[in-house]
Parts: sequence; C-alpha cells; structure tokens
Amino acid sequence: MSYYLGLAQLIGIHTLLGLSAYVLMLTGQLSLGQAGFFAIGAYCAGILTVIFELHIVPALLIAALLAAFFAFLVGFPALRVKGLMLVVATIAFGEFVRLFFFNLSWRVPRDGIHVGPDSTNGFREIRYFVANGWSAWEITLFVWTFVLLVMAALWWTDRSRAGAVLRAVGEDELAAQSVGLSLTTVKVTAMTAGGFIAGVGGALYAHTATYVDHLTFTVLLATFAISYPILGGLSSVFGTLVAVIFIQGLLVEGLRFMGDWRSIVFGLLIVVAMNLKPSGLFDARTARLLRRAVGLRGGEKSRA
Amino acid sequence: MLELSGLSKHFGGVKAVDELDLTVNEGEIVGLIGPNGSGKSTTINLICGVFGETAGTVRFRGELMNGKPPHQRLRAGLARTFQNIRLFPNLTVWQNLWVAQNSPQDVSARGFLPRWFGATRRTRREIADLLDLADLGHKDDELASNLAFGEQRRLEFARAAATRPRLLLLDEPAAGMNQQEIADLSRRIHRVRDSGVTILLVEHVMELVMGVTEQIAVLNFGRKIAFGTPGEVQRDKAVQEAYLGASDPGDGSA
Repeated sequence: MSYYLGLAQLIGIHTLLGLSAYVLMLTGQLSLGQAGFFAIGAYCAGILTVIFELHIVPALLIAALLAAFFAFLVGFPALRVKGLMLVVATIAFGEFVRLFFFNLSWRVPRDGIHVGPDSTNGFREIRYFVANGWSAWEITLFVWTFVLLVMAALWWTDRSRAGAVLRAVGEDELAAQSVGLSLTTVKVTAMTAGGFIAGVGGALYAHTATYVDHLTFTVLLATFAISYPILGGLSSVFGTLVAVIFIQGLLVEGLRFMGDWRSIVFGLLIVVAMNLKPSGLFDARTARLLRRAVGLRGGEKSRA
Repeated sequence: MLELSGLSKHFGGVKAVDELDLTVNEGEIVGLIGPNGSGKSTTINLICGVFGETAGTVRFRGELMNGKPPHQRLRAGLARTFQNIRLFPNLTVWQNLWVAQNSPQDVSARGFLPRWFGATRRTRREIADLLDLADLGHKDDELASNLAFGEQRRLEFARAAATRPRLLLLDEPAAGMNQQEIADLSRRIHRVRDSGVTILLVEHVMELVMGVTEQIAVLNFGRKIAFGTPGEVQRDKAVQEAYLGASDPGDGSA
C-alpha cells in the first residue's frame, strides 16, 4: 500500500513540476530552468523546517515565494531572448542553482547531531513528517491538496481574461503587442507563477523524500518538467496530469518488470503517443468525449 | 493628430521610406496608396513601432512616439490591423475581443475571474456592439481559426476597434474581398469614424480608397509624390506616371 501512496505522492509532485512549465508554455516560452526553481523550493523549505523548525505550511509558502522571486528576477533578462536562446539561458540558470546547492554547507547542531545542507553529501535530515508522526495517507492527502489547489487555480484562470491574455501572447506576439499587451509583463508574470508552482512542488518533494542532493535537480528533471505539458497538450491542465500518470505511473513504474528493456520501450511509447495524439494526450477531442461520457452537455461551448 | 516629419527607414541600401512628411487631422479618413513596394506597410509599421525609424519623428497628439514599443503606442490610441490577418487562432471570437480591451479600467483583479464574473456589464455591452459591427454576433463562441476568411478580416477589424483607438491604421483591409464585402467594409469604416476615430487607410483597392477617403497621400519609392483629395490625386501627373510606369517619378534617389 505504501508503495502506491508513494507513487501517488510522486505523481502529484511531478504534476506540479509539469504545471510550472505549462504556465510558461501557454505564453509560448520553453524553459529548461524549472528544476532550478524546484531545487530552490526544496532546499528552502527543508532549511526552514529543519534549521528554523517552522511548521510545514508556512515553510512551504515561504519557499514557493522565494522560488517565485527568483523566477521573477530571471524572467526579465531571460525573456529578452526567445526560442532556443531562452532554452540555453534557462539551462544555465538551472545549473547555476544546482551548483549553488552543490556547494552549500549550512550545518547546525541539533539534539547532539549536525543537521542541514552538507554540500556534496546532500541534505539528509528533512524529517518533518516522520518527526510529527504523519501517516503515509496524511502525507499523500497533503500533497494532493496543493496539487488540486494549483490545478483549480489554473483551470479557473484559463476561463478568465488573464488566461486568454497568456494564450494570446503564446499564439502571436506581434498581434498581442498591437492590441496593447506588454510582452514583458505577461511573460514575467507567467514565469513568476511558474516559479511559485515549481517551488511548491520542490518543497513537497524535499519533505516526502526526506533527502535531497544536487543530483536530484539536473537538466533531466527539467526535461521531465517540459515533457509533461508537451505530451499532455496545452488545451487544459488535465493534459499535464494525464501525461504525468502516463510517464511516471505507466512507463517508469509499470515497466519495471522489463528490466533494462524499460528505457527502450519507454522512449518508444513516448514516440508512439506523440504520433497518435500530436496535440497532446488530453486534447480538445478527448475532453469532449469524456464530457459526453459523463453526461455533461455542450462540450463545444465550455471554453468561455 | 498624427504628424510624421522626415520619417525614413532604410533596410541596408534600400530606402523603404524616405523623408516622409504626413499630417492626419482628427476625424479624417486619410488614404495612403502607392504601387507595390512603395513603402506603405513600412510606414504603418513605423507608426506602430514594429520597426525603429532610421531618421525622422512620429508625433501622435503632440506626443513624441519615437522609441516607444507597440503596446505603449496602442495605449496612446494607435491601433492597427495587419495586411496578413493576425488573430489569436485558438481563442474564441469573444476572447479575441476581450483580450483587446486593455484600458486601465479593464485590467484589474477582475481579470482573474472567469468571463461570467470577470467581464463588467460595460465590457459585455461593448463586445456585443463590436460583434454587431463585425457581423459576428452568432459566432462569439467559435474559435477564430474556424472562421471564414472574410469573417477573420471582420474580426480583426473589430479587435482593433475594441482597443478604443483614436487613430485606426488599416493595412489593406479589402485585400481579397468581393464587391459586396467592400461595400460592407466602407460602411463599417464610416461607422467607426462616426464614433470619433480617425482613420489612416493603406489600400490597393481603388474602389474603396476613392469612395471612402477624404485626403490621399501617394507614395512611390518611399517618397510622397502627391497629396490631396481623391479627385486631385487621380488627375495628378506624377501619380499617373507612378501607376502606369511612364517614367521615374522621383528624383532618382531610390
């Protein structure tokens, strides 16, 4: 049972990671720096609960705000460049963050041992859940509360003018400017929101894993972050969730019995999925079919 | 209202626009015509800030526009349409218009609420008027990409009007239209003008230009070769030569 709960937590956390890239992708930007914001959230929340002995909820919010703040700062210079140049710039940022934590050593004595980030040895003592006697069920529920809150917020935003503005910038920058939208404002806002969401994900990750080190936050993690919305499609937030379940649940976990063959089949299935569903696993058509299946009328008109 | 003086844009050695002086007064419908490649679209792009000018100034309502990005010029009241239609294809017709409503009273915390709460009654009424202007009232929930060509042109026109401009720059709005559509378009242009918007019309379709404008500037090789009422321009020697290609009408600088 605890295996499945652990998997559910992982899926929730990776959904947050994917959604952080999703927000930015709505504005047409591709960032490979999401692992950096995730790392900031993870280390910051860990430091707050371990060294400052804060409650998890304020620690998580502060960590997310800090990640958002860095996303905001990175947003201005990074969004001056586009396309592949942005990808490179954000990779550089992600690596910068990773190497910062690779070198960060902040050990304090607590109950006879030293705790805190220990540079290359990682940050090993993030035991908030264990120390406070949270059960696996409670942790899973906690993680998914945040996942659902973020998903609901994004779903809601997509129906607002702000959501239309994000998509407008993603569809045609010149047209967006010529109806008066400031590209910088919109993109930096999306970047900041993405940083916040990645920060929440990172904070939850650090506490469910109880151990983080710099190797967790490599470009591979950033690649996962963007592959979820790419595979799931941008038509709704559910696409990202479906893609995370597909990749983490089905491919990574479900194919374990195949041993070393897994990696090959993994790549193959992603190629097959993208060919069968080029606009995402959860595209407008799937959404309509599902809506019809559960008996909701007027699938066509739902996107106000 | 709009004053261009000595406006130039050079692309390498090509003088796309060369020392152009042009004044558009409030409430007028001014045409900007000229053969292909004479610098009309470049002029529009300079006025809107898509390109930076090589020399000269753009003044709008007395304010210097040089160096301002397109969205700031729009907020000053300069809106445009594009020669090749540029809508937001995966947004609905309604959303295309909603996004264009950009004045400070539209952009508030309400912007984060869904349409049912997020759009004020005034916004809804204005969008309904715009849908009526574009004759798209029944298609408000349709994706822009699903519209027919003529409908897309009308939506783009309405989207520019949705920004509450003081000056509307139309870049070949009649391209690819039939007689009936041109007649509708000229009615639409008059309707927008009568609501207090000045119009600068770049166009090839003479039927529309001659019928709807009050003043016409003629460009050739980036230079203004004539300015006057439609009648005057039609009789102008230099204009006839430019269009019929009798001889090089400029001073040979291009």
